[in-house]
Amino acid sequence: VTPLLVAQIVLTLFVFVMLLNSAAIMVYVERKVAALLQQRLGPYLVGPKGLLQPLADVVKLMFKEELRPAAADAFLFALAPIISATCAFAAFAVVPFGAETTLFGLIPEGLRLQVADVNVAILVVFAIASMSVYGIVLAGWSSNSKYSLLGGLRSSAQMISYELSYGLALASVLVVANSLSLTDIVNRQAGAWWHVLPRWFIFVQPLGFLIYMTAGIAETNRAPFDFPEAEQELVAGYHTEYSSMSFAMFFLAEYINMVTVSAVATDLFLGGWHGPFLPESLGWIWFLIKVAAILFFYVWMRWTLPRYRYDQLMRFGWKVLLPVAVVNLIVTAAGVLYFGA
Amino acid sequence: MLMFYFFAAVAVLASLLVIAQTNPIYSVLLLIASFGALSGLYVLLDAPFVAVIQIIVYAGAIMVLFLFVVMLLNAPREDTDEDVARPPAAARSGSMRLGGLLAVALGIELVWALTKGGGESGAFPGAAVSSVAEIGRALFTDFAFPFEVTSLLIIVAMVGAVLLARREREARER
Repeated sequence: VTPLLVAQIVLTLFVFVMLLNSAAIMVYVERKVAALLQQRLGPYLVGPKGLLQPLADVVKLMFKEELRPAAADAFLFALAPIISATCAFAAFAVVPFGAETTLFGLIPEGLRLQVADVNVAILVVFAIASMSVYGIVLAGWSSNSKYSLLGGLRSSAQMISYELSYGLALASVLVVANSLSLTDIVNRQAGAWWHVLPRWFIFVQPLGFLIYMTAGIAETNRAPFDFPEAEQELVAGYHTEYSSMSFAMFFLAEYINMVTVSAVATDLFLGGWHGPFLPESLGWIWFLIKVAAILFFYVWMRWTLPRYRYDQLMRFGWKVLLPVAVVNLIVTAAGVLYFGA
Repeated sequence: MLMFYFFAAVAVLASLLVIAQTNPIYSVLLLIASFGALSGLYVLLDAPFVAVIQIIVYAGAIMVLFLFVVMLLNAPREDTDEDVARPPAAARSGSMRLGGLLAVALGIELVWALTKGGGESGAFPGAAVSSVAEIGRALFTDFAFPFEVTSLLIIVAMVGAVLLARREREARER
């Protein structure tokens, strides 16, 4: 047992707990920001300024009865939320969120602030995102309810359609960075051009960033692309029949997926933990600020834009976003070939 | 080595269970599990890129389409009326005997192939399968022709599928 191993295990647990916390914090932020945008107060009774509201929500969810439709497929019905939650947690494992650190000299070697350092990290994120479709499809099918089935089919069709643009946006970044490792990609963004403009890839790939964020919002099933849960049409989509903790797992998965998409966007386009004013060892503060900004943007979008119509979503995905993503990738590749990496 | 046996066992068991299921949804899921175990084997072979591509392409993309087809056709069980009403075992002994013979032949072939190879480790250079750049270069230079032929084959299959689907609809409309 080396100090590094202990540190690694503690880091893994830390990331796990922080992801759980981030979901709770996001629920609170979402409700508070929604209230702000709609000129309401939001939760304010539980704890100071309603800060304990997420805790109250969790306790309520835990004490609710676990219901299952009689005609449901018992095994798959139980499996679906587990797949969703597992994929949500697993995807964050390859996301680096800070520079190498010795934890103020506690451990001899440097520890990378990343659960698993994989040299094809960017593809792992993509692969796990593509696996999370199964949680939703199976939830929809195994519930044996028309709303669930339609919600599940819709959301999987949506996720498959937007996954292509998502993947192409990732590809254009890795062409620029000439690496598949997220740590390498972040390190390529260190420093600044002419001492002013940070070398973030958002300035090299502005279109790629837009495509990534649009596809990311569709991937996480958030407004204005929240068709799986279009309540006026489908009650609650794929999780209509779920209650108590199995519902909570879907809920958790949705928020953690948002956090992961934001964290990957930060690493790919916003320079990760690199930023001015702070020393490298405190870079994770920059990382948190950037992720928080994107998450705020997410919530802001939800309460600003109305939901698209389903056919509009499909047409936009296939006829606008995908061609733009392809052209962006080709132009990027040509640029890299012409100007050199 | 322990990991190898674990992944290999999962892959073989899941593949066997795929054909033992009556519910096609479970078959699809078991096939995904089998692909996952295969991808684990690729990681053990020091080829993480191939492993991830295996997950993205097979488990992530192709199997989702399989699942869609199975769900939309809504075929919950495979033993349809024809299967239930099929002739008793005595009348089927001919086909069963042939099936048994083929299975034994396949088993012998497998044992022969495995013992003849002697289980030597592959002769491919390690870098060729672990580096994405190397794979890309090999694919678009040395193997450019097979690569293009494969893509042509897939396009032909797609066009064929669209054509068949359209013909059916036109026939129905007439």
